[in-house]
Amino acid sequence: MMELDGNALAGDLREVFATDMTGAVFTCAGCAHTGVLATLRVWQPAPGLVGRCPHCTDVVLRLVRTPTRVFLTLTGATRLELPLEP
Amino acid sequence: MGIISRGFGGRRREPQPGLPPGQYLTHDFPVLSAGPTPRIPLDKWNFSIVTETGEKHSWNWAEFTALPAEEFTVDIHCVTKWSKFGTTWKGVALDTLFEDVESAADYTMAHSYGGYTTNVPLDDLLDGKAWVVYEFDGEPLHPEHGGPARLIVPHLYFWKSAKWVNGLQMLNDDEPGFWETGGYHMYGDPWREQRYQGD
Ligand SMILES: [Zn+2]
Repeated sequence: MMELDGNALAGDLREVFATDMTGAVFTCAGCAHTGVLATLRVWQPAPGLVGRCPHCTDVVLRLVRTPTRVFLTLTGATRLELPLEP
Repeated sequence: MGIISRGFGGRRREPQPGLPPGQYLTHDFPVLSAGPTPRIPLDKWNFSIVTETGEKHSWNWAEFTALPAEEFTVDIHCVTKWSKFGTTWKGVALDTLFEDVESAADYTMAHSYGGYTTNVPLDDLLDGKAWVVYEFDGEPLHPEHGGPARLIVPHLYFWKSAKWVNGLQMLNDDEPGFWETGGYHMYGDPWREQRYQGD
């Protein structure tokens, strides 16, 4: 075993983040409910997108776009699960 | 139409007195919500200030509305770029609420019904700079606009003026609230265009 820096994640993360995420399964940090991201209740013309758990209404994710950056905050999700391409 | 609108056709607007950089003037009152609108019966409503040592000062609706109230008119500036001039509110100055509060902490976290939070330094709440209001334009504050009561901190972007506010937690260190965690600025001064982290 050896300790590497974050560059070692490049390939795996590209696989995760370059795919349609709406089919990814989230686990809600508030109530442990699991469901695909497409089932989130999204509140929109806020200062950003707010995705709430359909079971407990806790915030699962926040997405804020600026003219030059995008912030994705996932503190409300303990896990995202994605199927791998066969 | 008696007025030729300057800046029509995408030209840069001339700076208008009272309008911070990057903002435009609106006469509507847009409603921005990050979640369902909480409906709080007045007999269940409560507002509290909790100090860094855990000491709690609390007001129910009758106690709160019996406090000396002020009517005031201010301009408000939303980070989504609209500004609205001359909005009139009625409520209790934070100076009044903090009169008997003993605290050495410099920061606060505002908490709301529905779970919203936003951080504001204590200095920005005192000396006539902030209120907890329960009337807008002479009418009870509508739930969509944050009623029964909301914070108003007009010199900061409007996300700091927490709707449905129900308390302030005193903090020794500045901590991010809901939108600050999501990428918005910790302080949010519209005159310095502090919209996002790093601005
Ligand atoms: Zn949940």
